[in-house]
Amino acid sequence: MFVDKIKNIKLISNRIFERLNNNMIFALLLIVIIIFPIIFDNSYILHILILLGVYVVLGTSLNVVAGVMGELDLGHAAFFGIGAYISSLFVMNVFDNFWIGMILAGFISLIFGLLLGIPSLRIRGDYLAIVTLGFNEIIRYVLLNMQSVTNGPMGIKGIPSPTIFGYVLNTKQQMFYLIWVLVIITVVVMNRMTNSRFGRSLVAIREDQIAATSLGINTGKYEIWAFAITAAFAGIAGSFFAHYMNFINPNNFTTNESILILCMITVGGRGSMIGSFIGVTILFLLPELLRPIADYRMLIYGIMLVMMMIFKPRGFWPEKRIPSRITKSAESKEAN
Amino acid sequence: MNISLKIWFIILQLTNTDMKEETMIVQQLVNGLTIGSIYAMVALGYTLAYGILGLINFAHGDVYMVGAFVAYFCISILKLNVIISFIISLAISGILGALIEFTAFRSIRTGSRSSQLISAIGVSIILQNTIMLSMGSDTKPFPKVMNTAVYEFSSVTISSAQILIMIVSLIFMVMLYFLIYKTRVGISMRSTAQDAAMSSLMGINVNKVISITFSIGAVFGAAAGILVGIYYNSIVFNMGSSMGLKAFVAAVLGGIGNIPGTMLGGLVLGLAESLGATIISAKYKDAFSFIILILVLLFKPTGLFGKKEIEKV
Repeated sequence: MFVDKIKNIKLISNRIFERLNNNMIFALLLIVIIIFPIIFDNSYILHILILLGVYVVLGTSLNVVAGVMGELDLGHAAFFGIGAYISSLFVMNVFDNFWIGMILAGFISLIFGLLLGIPSLRIRGDYLAIVTLGFNEIIRYVLLNMQSVTNGPMGIKGIPSPTIFGYVLNTKQQMFYLIWVLVIITVVVMNRMTNSRFGRSLVAIREDQIAATSLGINTGKYEIWAFAITAAFAGIAGSFFAHYMNFINPNNFTTNESILILCMITVGGRGSMIGSFIGVTILFLLPELLRPIADYRMLIYGIMLVMMMIFKPRGFWPEKRIPSRITKSAESKEAN
Repeated sequence: MNISLKIWFIILQLTNTDMKEETMIVQQLVNGLTIGSIYAMVALGYTLAYGILGLINFAHGDVYMVGAFVAYFCISILKLNVIISFIISLAISGILGALIEFTAFRSIRTGSRSSQLISAIGVSIILQNTIMLSMGSDTKPFPKVMNTAVYEFSSVTISSAQILIMIVSLIFMVMLYFLIYKTRVGISMRSTAQDAAMSSLMGINVNKVISITFSIGAVFGAAAGILVGIYYNSIVFNMGSSMGLKAFVAAVLGGIGNIPGTMLGGLVLGLAESLGATIISAKYKDAFSFIILILVLLFKPTGLFGKKEIEKV
């Protein structure tokens, strides 16, 4: 009895420690994010980190479909592009407000995500990968060829920077804070999503769709919504990207971009939030770090991808879905 | 009598007015068949890899590019005989195919789809950059290897390059058919595709068979690359990515993993593209293939000629 109590106390204290640890890491990251642009007021470094933030939003959102649900989605850049174009066209032609443009971009991407999610009811696996890839190509051709609306391959120039109550956010520092706030929102939402009933249903679908259906999970509904929500986040990232760069063209949203994002989260470890964060950081910063050897950097990048997949196919930080609470309570029950 | 004469007259008039459009469509059929045969040849590489290992070899488009570049290098820079250069190019590509399989895919054969995909993308980046660094990133003129004659049949023109493409691809496909269905290697390839573990118990060297399959696919890709070089007279280091995507679409359209289906898929895609460009809009020529693909997959998820996959519990 006494021993059990000690065990329980130990377990509880362990858990508190874990919680504290996570919160501490989170707080530390927050402090770093707040202080960083003040210390390093270097426009190149900030520019790289702002783009890194965009890719973290893309990667962590794609992780829900590609990692947690386990479907190969090669069309993430299409939603990114839809968001960028919708937002910039709206702000430049209809109503000059970045925030409404951003929400609209998210909403339209959500609708496109729902539309693309519907085929995922019928097809899975490789074929779904191909459909998403085809979708991405179609979006690119539409952006290239609807010249009256999108200005074709020339792209859209002079997209206004975001404003808050008439105050224009145009320095690198301000944009840095804006994107990292978006990153935090995305990470929190995705984290809550994957650790909820919704996320567990997605894992069940990934592991065995038929078994999931037999357990009463409405697989179609969950798949479609997973697609739609990730698409919405990609759209929001696209909106930010357009207003940060002030210039977009269809070449920013190619299939290669989608594949690159998928590479990032796979190298990091599919299905795990920290993993996708790490993967995005590594693969995004690698070409920048390899800049001194200029011409050979893409070659080395390719070699790294192959080596990584051969020696660590599950990524740097693979998903650990051991339901900690369940095993611990089961342990304590056994002890009783 | 009078009425029938009138009808005849009307038909004559109609055919006369539609003459231009008609010949244009026939012309597009010819062009579509040409490009379709190229698609079919590249698509066979995808289908062979998919059929035997169930993986999408995204590096295949770049093998096609390497084939064209090796031929270019041999003819233009080493000044070798044309036929010998082609043979060297096919041989090097065949070895390259087996090498890609050995380095990038063998150890993760049982791994997840996405890691195979990324490995393939890595190989594709490596190949593109190797060629770009060694040959330069500008468009290269492919050497003139034959006299291009143009034959005209009632205002429909066929160039000798088009005829060459159709004949060579036909020969290659017939050869592949005999290889797969009539030889021992073909039998072992088919049995490995069905059940690799069981085949190895039957004394088939599965690894060797898979290497051979990748080599054959690569040879097909390289041959297509050379033909495209002859047809368009220009090659560039990233020509593989768009062709790879199109050929992949062709393979899926016909049913990936199914060899006759893939051949037909390539032809269908080529025809649909060139006819769509004339009839609907030339601007969206490249989008057609993907729209067709999505429609086919929505209504027949395993492609036009694919086998139905039944998921068993």
